[in-house]
Amino acid sequence: MKALARLWVVPVVLAVWEIAGRAIGDTDFPPPTTILARMRELWFSGPPARGFLTNDAIANILPSLGRMFGGWLLAALIGIAAGMLLGRSRSATDYVDPLIEFGRAIPPPLLLPLFLVLFKAGLTTQLATIVFGVIWPVLLNTIDGVRSVDRTYTDTARVFNLSRPQRLGLVVLPAAAPKIFAGLRLSLSLALILMVISELVGGTDGIGYQLLTAMRSFDGAGVWAAIALLGVLGYVVNSLFVLAERRALVWHRQATGNS
Amino acid sequence: MRGARLLRGAVGAAGFLLAGELFIRFGLSENLLFPPPSTVLYEAVRLPADATFLAGVGTTLANWALGLLTAVAVAVPAGVLLGALTPVERAIRPVLEFMRPIPSVAIIPLAILLVPVDELMKVSVIVYASVWPILINTLYGMRDVDPLAKESLRSFGFGPPAVLVRVSLPSAAPFVATGVRIAAGIALVLAVSAELVAGGVNGIGVYVTVAGNGNRTDLMMAATFWAGLFGVIANMVLLAAERRLFRWHHARTGAVS
Repeated sequence: MKALARLWVVPVVLAVWEIAGRAIGDTDFPPPTTILARMRELWFSGPPARGFLTNDAIANILPSLGRMFGGWLLAALIGIAAGMLLGRSRSATDYVDPLIEFGRAIPPPLLLPLFLVLFKAGLTTQLATIVFGVIWPVLLNTIDGVRSVDRTYTDTARVFNLSRPQRLGLVVLPAAAPKIFAGLRLSLSLALILMVISELVGGTDGIGYQLLTAMRSFDGAGVWAAIALLGVLGYVVNSLFVLAERRALVWHRQATGNS
Repeated sequence: MRGARLLRGAVGAAGFLLAGELFIRFGLSENLLFPPPSTVLYEAVRLPADATFLAGVGTTLANWALGLLTAVAVAVPAGVLLGALTPVERAIRPVLEFMRPIPSVAIIPLAILLVPVDELMKVSVIVYASVWPILINTLYGMRDVDPLAKESLRSFGFGPPAVLVRVSLPSAAPFVATGVRIAAGIALVLAVSAELVAGGVNGIGVYVTVAGNGNRTDLMMAATFWAGLFGVIANMVLLAAERRLFRWHHARTGAVS
């Protein structure tokens, strides 16, 4: 209840926006009710049997989600695997450090036109861009997490004669998990950004593509609707990740006494 | 120790380039679309002599710097003000939390509709995206101020403005600097993205698009190489400035500098 009371400013802002939007009457600056109506019309006015989703929603929201999660999971797998290998040895990290620093400084959207020429196919281009753009936080955090694993843990595991894969899977990975999760969370919000830009540049479907077509047909309400949908998506995805992280790291919070 | 690390880094980079060179020359047969690293580096060295590329770099870097400076000018005072006025911060925070998850590049089409002047549109998109990390870090820094230091100054009869200038601002400054460094990376991404989506007369993104229309992957990679280099340089300069200016902060928090 207290948390809800703190939100009083949100309806105030919406009301002011509504009044201002109606007073200005510019189609590029529509009031919130117009944006909501456009969102409903675009995506949520389908038959009840399909959960009210329209054809447009199924043809655009699903591919967008697939690209975002697909690219993110791929980057997570590669980043964690490479980070586990590199983090165990200080000198190995030294060898690749300049490459990592350079790789993550490249603005990923710049690779879109390049990948479009190289791969021709849209989906490969989009996935490659997303993977390249979001792998760095996972990789760096995994290296960092693996490197800072308490020596006592690994020594104990060695004393108990655990094999190398067992040591990595049972001791090092869980001990590095909190840092890895922090990297994964950052990567997820980056994946959303890169998903959108990959659909804006040379895309043929997706929410970003709908945003672009709305802009090209001067459909101001449609542009705002797509931005609002992406905002909701970002919020929901981040909240779900935080929930999953809490569940996965219950033992960590209990052990360190944070709640 | 540092020398050994640098040497290993150089060896790693050279090994990577060599492996790429051999793989592309002998593994991919005659494929003109995949230029080997030597070709890309050769083109990258030649690019500064290309007037179109230079003009593009000038435009992109100018937009980047202007956007970043404007974001600092907006976000730091806003963050300090909100940080000093806790009730206002608490009231506005939900609105910020609603706006923050919006992926910044999605703003580009809206900016194209709302801002008719191309350069202004690009700068405003950069400003929008860079404001967030600076604002959030400033707020965080203002909250992290040692209450004991504030109380001490107050008990010596200093008013709120003096406390703000003597304690809160210096204490929040390292956090602001971190926010600016994060924002610099985001600003470069947005500067390039806006050029890719909206086109324009000049810009690194425009240059890459044009090179792509002619299937000149060597030029695209060379231009991308320069963009990465600018990112690395900006990050290094800001990091060095942070360490120099806020040595005391690192000493206090025990972080390795």
